[in-house]
Amino acid sequence: MTEPTTNVQAIEKGTSLWDDAWRRLKKNRLSIVGAVMLALVVLVCAFGPMIMNMSHDGENIVEDTFPEQANQAPSASHLFGTDELGRSYLARVLEGGQMSLLIGLIATLASVIIGVIYGSIAGYYGGRLDEVMMRAVDFLYGIPYMFLVILIMLMFSDAQRDSPLPIFFALGMVQWLTTARIVRGQVLTLRHQEFVQAARVMGAGDMRIIFRHILPNTLGVVVVYATLTVPAVILLESFLSFLGLGAGLTWGLLVSEGLSVINPVESYWWRLVFPSVFLALTLFSLNFVGDGLRDALDPRTRK
Amino acid sequence: MRGAVIVVGSIGAVFFLAMGLTVGLWEALVLLIGVAFISSMLWYPPHVMRIVGAALLAVFLFAFLQTIAGTVPGAVIAIVLAVLAWRFLPVRVHRRVGFMVPSMVMLIFVTTILMYMAPGSPFAQEKQTTQQALEAQAKKFKVEKTALAFFGTYMKGLLADGTMGLSVKVQGRTVEQLLMPALPVSMSLGLLALVIACFLGLVLGIRAGLKPNSFADYSSMGVAMIGISLPNFVIGAILLVIFSYSFQLLPVAGWGTYGHLILPAITLALPYAAYIARLARNGTIEVMQQDFVRTARAKGLSEQTVIVKHALKGAILPVVSFLGPATAGIFTGSFVVEKLFAVPGMGQWFVTGALGRDYSVVLGTAIIYFTIITLFNLLVDFAYAWLDPRVREEL
Repeated sequence: MTEPTTNVQAIEKGTSLWDDAWRRLKKNRLSIVGAVMLALVVLVCAFGPMIMNMSHDGENIVEDTFPEQANQAPSASHLFGTDELGRSYLARVLEGGQMSLLIGLIATLASVIIGVIYGSIAGYYGGRLDEVMMRAVDFLYGIPYMFLVILIMLMFSDAQRDSPLPIFFALGMVQWLTTARIVRGQVLTLRHQEFVQAARVMGAGDMRIIFRHILPNTLGVVVVYATLTVPAVILLESFLSFLGLGAGLTWGLLVSEGLSVINPVESYWWRLVFPSVFLALTLFSLNFVGDGLRDALDPRTRK
Repeated sequence: MRGAVIVVGSIGAVFFLAMGLTVGLWEALVLLIGVAFISSMLWYPPHVMRIVGAALLAVFLFAFLQTIAGTVPGAVIAIVLAVLAWRFLPVRVHRRVGFMVPSMVMLIFVTTILMYMAPGSPFAQEKQTTQQALEAQAKKFKVEKTALAFFGTYMKGLLADGTMGLSVKVQGRTVEQLLMPALPVSMSLGLLALVIACFLGLVLGIRAGLKPNSFADYSSMGVAMIGISLPNFVIGAILLVIFSYSFQLLPVAGWGTYGHLILPAITLALPYAAYIARLARNGTIEVMQQDFVRTARAKGLSEQTVIVKHALKGAILPVVSFLGPATAGIFTGSFVVEKLFAVPGMGQWFVTGALGRDYSVVLGTAIIYFTIITLFNLLVDFAYAWLDPRVREEL
């Protein structure tokens, strides 16, 4: 009696969207390499500064200055060299990575939450409400996002800008538009399907239908888009840093500092190269993972 | 639908309250009226929409023309054009105009609010001055106390006098005097970058898409990935080191000769070339699997004819729809590139204007960018409809 049941379960499990996607993702070498690389970068950035601090008992490896060893080229004692205040560049690159990754993650999360709620309401109710809500999105879309981000960043004072909160706010505010559009499109196609009608017949309320029945079905697309938003946000932050409006110590800040010390006479190349390499590696892997996820979750590529 | 009204109503109310508390009640109210006005157009029947669209077009044209032709001729031309538009243009164009013109006014308003919420004032860096001197300055440069008042004065200046106001930081100059020399610089830089991005992206993308999973595919997509994954100011710096410092082929920075245009344009174009390459690759792969391509091959056409006459169109479509966002990105991406290469374009004015709280300069650049990008989006939509008969009716 029990055996057929487990069989059925096995078949159901074997054909679920996520299992399929996982199977296809595993075949995509580049994505796996990207994911491993990303994990490495995250781990090194998360624990690197802590470990370096331990060996320097009690000193703050990121901020402590040693003017006597300023602008040293990479060597055994300073793997990534030092900056003009003699700070270990390795520690600063890793610490900057923490902030860059955090910004990417939280701003994306904020934009996804706003976008999903907005888009699902517009798509689910449809009609005039949808048109009005999407008009607002169109309007904001017409404004170049760099423009908005810079103006929003200016609302905060210099001291506030050293904390990452303003930048979460500014980047989250502009990045939700695309999520909203994508989710709305998905919800529009889902809301007339049988399972939604079934839920309604059983007396489920609108909110329950949206959050329990429709949104789980849009999850794949949202995950893919979110993975591709993280690198976009990190990149955007680096532009802001370059313009002098960044969020304190990030890869973007280090890269733009590195740019300012590149000149034909005496170039401190390590100050540009190391943060750039870390930044590029992270964006590379995130893009590869995002592309791989998209291919894996796209039903059209399913065999 | 009742649930929708409750949900959206409560969200709207929270927004309105938050706005009222942070920005000011009147500002929030005006914003609400603006949103309601733009939204209300969705309900207008066609003949009303034609009138509203034509009227808005007249206002926009008048503000623009009077700076060129003078007040009275400007008004006459604007009215004539608007009447022609009312009579001959299809309703869908009026709907676009009815969205674009109020959007620009809203943009001015929102930008003003954001700038007034930023701490500091245009006169913050001046030497110690008395309260009266500051007030006299504010009066001279028409910097009002509240965002709403400033918006009113600014719109009045724009519509009645045809001026974008005085710059505070560059004294004795109006904003249009500052921006007019910068506009061609930014335009030529942006357009050249756009052309490079399209050309490079299409070549790489189609090359990759015709032979998926070949060396051509991997090498093109590898290049594209670099374009997407490195901030373009780093790419620009690398180009500078190679071409200007090491080989001394091109000037380091500045403006004036064609040589000055090359590196900034390439730097600006690369990320978008990369996106276009990826889009073109996917489009090509998809279109090459279509039945009509098989038919074309089956009737004995050469591979080249199949690609150029049948497949290319399908590969270009996704790229064309990306051109709108790409234009916006390229024109505002110049904030960074102009700074890196010391190009005297509009991006510089926006950034320095925003940092120095030079309100009219920021608004001036906002208006020009918004106009360029909206007009370009319109062009892209028409190009898309021309290429793809399926969307022709929807426009």
